[in-house]
Amino acid sequence: MSTDHLQVKRGSRASFVATIIGLIVLAVLIAAPLWAGRADMRLMGELFLYLSLACLWNLMAGYAGLVSVGQQAYVGFGGYMLFALTIFAGVHPVVAVLGAGVLAALIAVPVAALVFRLRGAYFAIGTWVVAEVFRLSFAQVSSLGGGSGTSLPVSIVKSMTSGRQAREWLSYWLALGLAVAVIAAVFLFLRSRRGLALSAIRDNELAAASLGINIWRTKFVVYVVTAALTAMVGALIFLQKLRISPDAAFSVNDWTAFVIFIVVIGGIGSLEGPIIGTLVFFALRETLSDMGTIYLIALGLVAIIIMLKAPQGLWGIVRKRWDLQLFPLGYRVQQSATPDNHQQLHDK
Amino acid sequence: MPDTLLSTHQLCAFYGDFQALYDLDISVAAGEVVAIIGANGAGKTTLLRSIAGLCENESQQVQYRGMSIGAQRADQIAFNGIALVPEGRQLFPSLSVEENLIIGGQTKRHGPWNLQSVYQLFPILQERRQMPSTQLSGGQQQMVAIGRALMANPDLILFDEISLGLAPVIIKTIYEALPGIIGEGLSAMIVEQDISKALSVSSRFYCLQEGRSALAGDSQTVAREDISKAYFGVD
Repeated sequence: MSTDHLQVKRGSRASFVATIIGLIVLAVLIAAPLWAGRADMRLMGELFLYLSLACLWNLMAGYAGLVSVGQQAYVGFGGYMLFALTIFAGVHPVVAVLGAGVLAALIAVPVAALVFRLRGAYFAIGTWVVAEVFRLSFAQVSSLGGGSGTSLPVSIVKSMTSGRQAREWLSYWLALGLAVAVIAAVFLFLRSRRGLALSAIRDNELAAASLGINIWRTKFVVYVVTAALTAMVGALIFLQKLRISPDAAFSVNDWTAFVIFIVVIGGIGSLEGPIIGTLVFFALRETLSDMGTIYLIALGLVAIIIMLKAPQGLWGIVRKRWDLQLFPLGYRVQQSATPDNHQQLHDK
Repeated sequence: MPDTLLSTHQLCAFYGDFQALYDLDISVAAGEVVAIIGANGAGKTTLLRSIAGLCENESQQVQYRGMSIGAQRADQIAFNGIALVPEGRQLFPSLSVEENLIIGGQTKRHGPWNLQSVYQLFPILQERRQMPSTQLSGGQQQMVAIGRALMANPDLILFDEISLGLAPVIIKTIYEALPGIIGEGLSAMIVEQDISKALSVSSRFYCLQEGRSALAGDSQTVAREDISKAYFGVD
């Protein structure tokens, strides 16, 4: 076969169209206060925060091979840092969200040194133990309400914006902004040289090591950056809720199990997967959550069916069937479709 | 005899409880090409993996430029100038040919090898540089694996079964490229099932049998009979 007429590109028409549609969707979402009701905006804000958590967990598990079931440690830590920084230090809540990220990065360094000594399933359990240690520790802090938790003082809530509506808009935009920032950061990271090293590690750890890639350091950077961003998401979650308690902040169900569900059904190891998974998860939750335990059984069934029938997730089905890629990360071969090329191919 | 670049001293290697290498002593001089031959399971690949840091060893069991590197991590060893062309190529399937090569240059060591010189050595790779590495033929993939190792500008390059699973005509092409690679003072260790190929490009050889060195000598003057005996372990 002649290869002269084959071209290889990163982007594709689909990814170009996706960029345009994505920008339009983003503009519509930014303008949500003009068209959406209060309840809708609250729901969408929550959706963006789950989307961020899913993208971050996907970066760790799907690209760096770090399967953590203890990310609630950083969600809760971020939430508590928001409360601590605003109540004790008088920091503005928006600044406190950033502060929570910085503090989480600092605490993630010794935690990483500890849990990175473990491999595979032991790493997963180890991260969960760390999250429990966080939960029990924060339950001891009586100035933050101990085991029963505390509310964000009214004076701080009021100092944030001029009114309730403005506050709700602000927390909506913060959630949207963080989700966009997380997706952009993960995308740019994966396209960079370090992302190249990360893809190499995911593809083949031994070959990557023997080419001089420091596997430990690359995973360490991913873990610490993920921790910081996860804590910022956590701070925003509890800025929306205005109330925090150890059980809610460090809930393995809410902040890790549901997130794993989202990533697994959407498609692990792709950027599109978490987006689809989040939409499916919220669709299921909004239609079924009134049914109590049946809702959880339905979630379990969906997860089992997807894992058996489509281990690459819903996005895996789409990618296989239509060869689509919305985020141009991989490479694809294209043939310039002029008639004489076809002729040549047939001749050979 | 020129200076010893790399040597092993009573090297032992284990996979769990299974011992793969027993007190192995071998050496490679600067600029020398050494062949490692032996039957399946003799420990050839384990030897290369031990040198490259992919097997755990005791520090002093591997000496390189006067340093004890037995206990170093694989990436530290790569930075020190030892590159491995692994058995079965082990390319990164989600990366393009060029990205695979760029990853090889991760160590940022200085020397004659860069994208351009690798493409000069294997012109077909330049044509295919944007292709996913999985779409190449086996021989071309082997060229990528060799180019990727060269990109690190190593002082010692370890070839593990580079002819495995390739068509004879491709093997010939790759072996014809070897002198261009090994010239200019680069040392090499070649693990190969094809004994005559291995002997023809090397100056010395070791024949392993069940984790021990059964025979060592000069590649050009050794009698085939002696190799047969050492290879199969018959007296």
